Amino acid sequence: MQDTISTMPENAVIATEHASSISGVATVAYIIAAALFILSLSGLGHPETSRRGNAYGIAGMLIALIATALLLSVSGFMIFLIALVPAAVIGAVLASRVQMTSMPQLVAMLHSFVGAAAVLVGFATLREHAPLSGSALLIHNIEIYIGVCIGSITFTGSIIAYAKLDGKIGGKPLILPARHILNIIVLLITVVMGYMFAQAVGDHDMTKAMWILGIATAITGLFGVHMVMAIGGADMPVVVSMLNSYSGWAAAAAGFMLSNDLLIITGALVGSSGAILSYIMCKGMNRSFFSVIMGGFGAAEGTAVAVEGEHTEIKVDGTVELIRDAKSIVIVPGYGMAVAQAQHTLSEITKELEAAGIKIRFAIHPIAGRLPGHMNVLLAEANISYDLVLEMDEINEDFPETDLVLVIGANDIVNPSALDDPGSPIAGMPVLEVWMAKDVIVMKRSMASGYAGIGNPLFVKENTKMLFGDAKKNVDAILTAYRVG
Amino acid sequence: MRIGIPKEIHPGERRVAGTPKTVKKLIEMGFEVVVEEGAGVAAEHYDDMFAQAGASLTADTKSVWGDSDIVLKVHSPQMHSTLGVHEADLIKEGGCLIGFIWPAQNQDILDKLNARNASVLAMDCVPRISRAQKVDALSAMANAAGYRAVIEAVNVYPRFLTGQSTAAGGIKPAKVLVIGAGVAGLAAIGAAKSLGAIVRAFDTRLEVGDQVRSMGAEFLELDFKEDGTGDGGYAKIMSKEFIDAEMKLFAQQAMEVDIIITTALIPGKPAPLLITAGMVESMREGGVIVDLAAQQGGNCALTKADELVIHKGVRVVGYTDLPSRMAIQTSWLYASTLVNMLDEMGGDENFAIDLENDIVRGSLVCHAGQTTWPPPQQKQVQAPVVSPDQPSMDTATPVVQDHKQKTRFGSIAVMILVAVALLALGRVAPSEFLSHFTVFVLACFVGWQVVWNVTPALHTPLMSVTNAISGIILIGGMLHLGTQAGAGTSSDTIALILGAAAVFLAAINISGGFLVTRRMLSMFHK
Repeated sequence: MQDTISTMPENAVIATEHASSISGVATVAYIIAAALFILSLSGLGHPETSRRGNAYGIAGMLIALIATALLLSVSGFMIFLIALVPAAVIGAVLASRVQMTSMPQLVAMLHSFVGAAAVLVGFATLREHAPLSGSALLIHNIEIYIGVCIGSITFTGSIIAYAKLDGKIGGKPLILPARHILNIIVLLITVVMGYMFAQAVGDHDMTKAMWILGIATAITGLFGVHMVMAIGGADMPVVVSMLNSYSGWAAAAAGFMLSNDLLIITGALVGSSGAILSYIMCKGMNRSFFSVIMGGFGAAEGTAVAVEGEHTEIKVDGTVELIRDAKSIVIVPGYGMAVAQAQHTLSEITKELEAAGIKIRFAIHPIAGRLPGHMNVLLAEANISYDLVLEMDEINEDFPETDLVLVIGANDIVNPSALDDPGSPIAGMPVLEVWMAKDVIVMKRSMASGYAGIGNPLFVKENTKMLFGDAKKNVDAILTAYRVG
Repeated sequence: MRIGIPKEIHPGERRVAGTPKTVKKLIEMGFEVVVEEGAGVAAEHYDDMFAQAGASLTADTKSVWGDSDIVLKVHSPQMHSTLGVHEADLIKEGGCLIGFIWPAQNQDILDKLNARNASVLAMDCVPRISRAQKVDALSAMANAAGYRAVIEAVNVYPRFLTGQSTAAGGIKPAKVLVIGAGVAGLAAIGAAKSLGAIVRAFDTRLEVGDQVRSMGAEFLELDFKEDGTGDGGYAKIMSKEFIDAEMKLFAQQAMEVDIIITTALIPGKPAPLLITAGMVESMREGGVIVDLAAQQGGNCALTKADELVIHKGVRVVGYTDLPSRMAIQTSWLYASTLVNMLDEMGGDENFAIDLENDIVRGSLVCHAGQTTWPPPQQKQVQAPVVSPDQPSMDTATPVVQDHKQKTRFGSIAVMILVAVALLALGRVAPSEFLSHFTVFVLACFVGWQVVWNVTPALHTPLMSVTNAISGIILIGGMLHLGTQAGAGTSSDTIALILGAAAVFLAAINISGGFLVTRRMLSMFHK
């Protein structure tokens, strides 16, 4: 269908495309929208400005949508409304119903939608786009191909991440034999098919091009599945932020294929944001991004020194006694607290203790929970002031002056072998040095090891006591006993 | 096994090595306890209270010593004036003695105890490891001494400590200088602070600065960089230049402050002289110096052990029995460390002198007729074990450097490759693409800059908001729905359906993402 036009001079083609796809008003609107998105991200820098940040984001999105809607034909606009309204309602329902503890699942699911949308936009753009030729056409084809592949990885990877986080499939890493070779083969196939795709489009063989793109989508989709399946549950925060990054790159690729700067800017913002979050998470574990993505964490690498010694058990009464005697208490929450939904009772306890003049604070490890910042959201939900919630670097030096540390449903992030056992799989990972405190009480279901599958010498230290049982039931009992006494 | 708790005979000593509470614990552990009559009277622990706790009482000092397997004491054994024998000679052959011994100063006592084949654990030799905190009697006593030092200072200080504004006129708060911020020094800071004084502290160990500040005192520093942290958390001897600078600081401070509390000790050495007679004279009239190092010769030139010296209006307190002045509680604290030590040694049933136990080995000064003090050096830091076939640390260092150089070379190579690739792209790509590419790269940098400023607490909202705005891909779908003036649009039904589906999916994202972010952010509050 482009035969007649493809002989036109190159700059003429570009001029036509530019004038036709986006009007001047829309361009200005897009600049405003892009600026608002940047303001939105910078607004999130601090809790006080964060709500304004979200409002900027919403405003930017509305401006972009309205400006684009003005470009549509009447029938196009009708279709737009038909697709938009029910989707917006579904999104709103999801958002208002989701439990704060299931936040990671929701975020992963939403990522998969962006991935899927990117794939769809890629195919649609292949079927109809502004006339192009020469290197412009080649670049355009590469853009489509890359956009679809990234979108496909994001889509299937996010779905697997969602299923893992939601407990629909097990958190254990699935390690296929020769998985690295498998990955490299997939990568090579993808590159070769990309070349074939560009050839096919160049020959105007649209059916062939469609087929190649379809197969490439399937292959990269399988790659996405395999990649996330191989990653252990403890590395989920990295994966979710990485998929967040991918969804951004997919949007940016769509922007390139549609020559739309707003999509490019937004995609780049989201992409770099997700990349930074993954980097922060990896630093929190002292592991390289590559080793996380290669997966297989917890599969007996390194030879950790076995933990020897007897743990000391404590009951609720003893815990309350220690709490009463303490002047300063630090609570270390982990995923176990989220699972047991113990944060609301903890908030009550915090208020009681603060009223009694006890200094109480919360210590958050960067990788606590299943999403970056997950614990902060849960504590905020339970009405705990963000001034009491401290990061690892802020609180680590305070532990020697702390009377009591309550570890609730956390394990690997308080494991001293990360610091003193070079053979441990988590050697070198920064951890919360709770054992420096006078007393430590660890609330856990049993003596089972954490996600990393390694023993924790903290549990058998002299100043550590174990309080077994469901975290929620235990903190409830502590609150009741504290009030009675 | 039988534990004997004799009455302390050291002049002025009010403490006792067992209280009714700890005796009860010992009996629960399975021990049989005998207490000498009147042993606890000076600490307000009367004989009937011990009897009630389950101890048997006897007036026979020799039996308390000679018929017990373990003797608990506060002071090191000394000549018993009424009996006319040395306490060390009273101990049962092969018996066990636990108490303050000070082996460096009391070689003769060790000889006497060795003659009886006694096993002796010195509570003043407990190793400074975190596991041993529960048997750290010195810290418990130092804490009491630091507190009491302030109380004694206030007792002879003829002014207010706290500042006040009264109708009759204003009173300035007293200034207190604490030298040496160990356990005693920190306790003194806390006590003086809570009485309303302005507190300053000095220590050669720079690492204690934060602890001092956390107690609400000012940490004085010299314009001189030398850290005095020695082994096991004690201070070491400093260079001459350092000491000169230090003395200058003290001379200056002496003119400013009202109360000086000195706690400077160097293990196994006489106490360093820090406050000269001239400095004492330069203090304001009514000034007080409390010298906690009086027993070891004193930090102040005018200190006389166990005496209050008044020199030109300045009082120099040299009491050495400060913990004993709070005998009710210091007895209990000390006796508790003894109970913990006995527990560490296996309690009644498994009682043993375990030379493998680092707490027991560190404290053990006599065993089986031999002096076992000082203990063999224990390595403080556990170095990673290097097996013989691995390269030693010395050879490993250059390897690491080499690796670093390699990575640096690698990153330079990557940068060159990227630059070449970009130039190649610039040659072939149309300007349209390059302008988009410029926007893309700039946007990446903006995102990079902005996102680093996001506080980690907001990472989840950040993720959901970026998720919402990545729904902008909706626009990509919209452009396939049919535009008003478009080349190659609305002609393809399949493209239209794909576009509509993309709009649908992305719209879920947008509304869901923004709403859930809003919900989360509304929960964050101060």
